[in-house]
Amino acid sequence: MQQKILSVQNLTKSFVMHLQNGLQLPVMDGAGFEVFAGECVVLGGPSGAGKSTLLKMIYGNYAADAGEIIITHGDQHTDLVTASPREILRLRQSTIGYVSQFLSAIPRVSALDLVAQVARQWGHSEEVAQEKAAKMLGQLNIPEHLWGLPPATFSGGEQQRVNIARGFMGEHKLLLLDEPTASLDAANRQVVLSLIEERKANGTAMLGIFHDADTRDKVADRVIDVTKFAVQRAA
Amino acid sequence: MSLDQLTNEAPAYNFAYLDEQTKRMIRRAILKGIAVPGYQVPFAAREMPMPYGWGTGGVQVTASVLGESDILKVIDQGADDTTNAVSIRNFFAKTANVELTTHTSEATVIQTRHRIPEEELQEHQTLVYQVPIPEPLRFLEPRETETRKMHALSEYGLIHVKLYEDIATHGHIATTYAYPVMVEGRYVMDPSPTPKFDNPKMHKSKALQLFGAGREKRIYALPPHTDVVSLDFEDHPFTIQEWPDTQCAMCGAEGVYFDEVILDDAGNNMFVCSDSDYCETRQSEGHLGPLNADYKERMQ
Amino acid sequence: MSLDQDLPLLSVKNLSHFYGQHLGCKDVNFDLYPGEVLAIVGESGSGKTTLLNCLSTQIIPTDGAVYYRGRKGQSDNLYEMSEAQQRILLRTDWGFVRQHPRDGLRMNVSAGANVGERLMALGDRHYGKIRDTALDWLEKVEIQVDRIDDAPRTFSGGMQQRLQIARNLVTNPRLVFMDEPTGGLDVSVQARLLDLIRRLVAELGLSIIIVTHDLAVARLLSDRIMVMKDGKVIEQGLTDQVLDDPHQAYTQLLVSSILHVGS
Ligand SMILES: Nc1ncnc2c1ncn2[C@@H]1O[C@H](COP(=O)(O)OP(=O)(O)O)[C@@H](O)[C@H]1O
Ligand SMILES: [Mg+2]
Ligand SMILES: [Zn+2]
Repeated sequence: MQQKILSVQNLTKSFVMHLQNGLQLPVMDGAGFEVFAGECVVLGGPSGAGKSTLLKMIYGNYAADAGEIIITHGDQHTDLVTASPREILRLRQSTIGYVSQFLSAIPRVSALDLVAQVARQWGHSEEVAQEKAAKMLGQLNIPEHLWGLPPATFSGGEQQRVNIARGFMGEHKLLLLDEPTASLDAANRQVVLSLIEERKANGTAMLGIFHDADTRDKVADRVIDVTKFAVQRAA
Repeated sequence: MSLDQLTNEAPAYNFAYLDEQTKRMIRRAILKGIAVPGYQVPFAAREMPMPYGWGTGGVQVTASVLGESDILKVIDQGADDTTNAVSIRNFFAKTANVELTTHTSEATVIQTRHRIPEEELQEHQTLVYQVPIPEPLRFLEPRETETRKMHALSEYGLIHVKLYEDIATHGHIATTYAYPVMVEGRYVMDPSPTPKFDNPKMHKSKALQLFGAGREKRIYALPPHTDVVSLDFEDHPFTIQEWPDTQCAMCGAEGVYFDEVILDDAGNNMFVCSDSDYCETRQSEGHLGPLNADYKERMQ
Repeated sequence: MSLDQDLPLLSVKNLSHFYGQHLGCKDVNFDLYPGEVLAIVGESGSGKTTLLNCLSTQIIPTDGAVYYRGRKGQSDNLYEMSEAQQRILLRTDWGFVRQHPRDGLRMNVSAGANVGERLMALGDRHYGKIRDTALDWLEKVEIQVDRIDDAPRTFSGGMQQRLQIARNLVTNPRLVFMDEPTGGLDVSVQARLLDLIRRLVAELGLSIIIVTHDLAVARLLSDRIMVMKDGKVIEQGLTDQVLDDPHQAYTQLLVSSILHVGS
């Protein structure tokens, strides 16, 4: 039996739109599930069901109204719902990674440095970090002549892949995958799939959103349908 | 009193012009200054019958310390006979009727603008400086509230900023007069626009040194034997002006503060002692410089 | 992680300041930890600068306390310190980067002396070493070293701000206050400055309290954010959480208006 990394219990979330006369938007009520080391769980359900909201709450990017999000790190368990900003930031450094195509651009740092930075944060020497970053960029088909340039000058697709490279460069125990393969060409999608397989093999717990059914079938050990957590809205 | 009397009779001045009440007030400020060496004591400066910039601060200090038995000397840039020195001397001759002298060693009170006599001052003597701008931090920090706080808290980084700028611009500390000093390791003080050549004379001087700034209404003091250290950097230590291989054209003195005198349109020049009493005393003792008329006579 | 990192550097308790009857800021509470960047956002007049000036002891607040953990580990109420101690903190352990360079620099004194001033204030008396340190810092903030003897009034706005940063960081402060450091700069100049601040924060492990009305600046630089309105903190938390999932009506308005203003 693999270790439980993430445990979500009774999670509730609604948005209050103050600029629209206090409009209440209940999104989720009583969400509960678990993710274990070495598995990739995919969130299913139609658009608007709350997949992204759920993922963002688990990253601490959205605040839950009630319930628990227990993260296991080392021999400790932390509830993200009540954790202080500082604890959340530490967990993001140590335990919870987020792989997305979208990240704030960081001006004037070369793509290679940007990715190597992450490896350095994980304790690798400058030399090893550079090596790992180069390998990752190569894998994701970023042309070598671009490595020394800041991604701000890259094409949209290239920027996305730099962000994915950064996401996979970390060694987090829990990886949140926010549609990492969307809009990638077949070759690069295959690269991401094999990165996910690698992580599974080394015991990373993954929770992701994949719109493309084909990809989802390939990576998912389980699919959790979030519609069952969604608040049933009166018609 | 009739108009006739008012216009024709010389008014009866109090001794040394200032009334006794004012003198007492100024003496209190002086005493405080002596008690806290280098600290600028505010005082209620009076209007004097001379314009600011003519030494009204120094004159008020002198007037307050002068007694009937004092012997007064007044110098301006080392000379007893410039307009400024003469008019101040006349002022006290008229209002205090004290004995006057040009000889440093004879004087008990010396009022000065821009020089300290070459001859070492003694315990019984008081040197009164005329000060235009008493605040050494002014040029970098114009806010009076702030400079006062800096003095209170001994925050003197700024004064070295000025010296740093000097070195950055000129390769050496180019400040040659009003060169800032640290008094008893506590207050940074502006020694008035005396040349830095004179700074070492302030250090542990046997004489009492008093500073008066009239327009700025400040008095400060150095009691005898006070530590006065010129500020500098370890790698740019304080030095005084030097005139290598130069002697006074009149008295042959070396290692004193010189004035350069241009002799003709061709740019020929000579150097003479800035301290005229010092120079004359030496000449009267038989020391003669190469351009001295008596020198040529003697050579013949 | 060392014990030191787990204790707040600054602990703000019920801080309020009134200008006479007029409210400056009210009931502010927060802890700042070593290495954290806290952004204070809000519109003009919301009390950001008042709060910053209270925290940095330039204003003594009407009410409340701020505990600062010194280098020796002791935690003291800033407002019970002597003015001398407060000022020593301000020029050694702290930095203050002002919105207007003229408030934070000596405009008529060379760049080198601007950087060296704090060192001289601390008693450094070796011209050569002070100059070398200044050169070092000019390089770190990307100012050409051959400008060392030029006065900042001859510098561009971006250079002046970078010089302010060098002047403040030369004593290795642990806490730096910044009041709208990018205000009034062109966008590209801003980006370069923000980039520099980010790099220095990462390299030096600085704690920063930055006041800005620009949410993009807050997002880029800060770990945590405090939203102020009418002198009060109305919402605070993790920066991306507050900006992406704002709860207060006012914060929602701020966030939505930046969307209109921004790209
Ligand atoms: N020196 C002052 N005297 C009186 N009121 C002030 C003073 N400074 C600021 N205020 C008032 O305090 C409130 C907060 O201002 P301030 O701290 O400058 O806000 P911000 O920095 O967010 O623009 C405002 O109502 C402002 O008008
Ligand atoms: Mg402000
Ligand atoms: Zn002579």
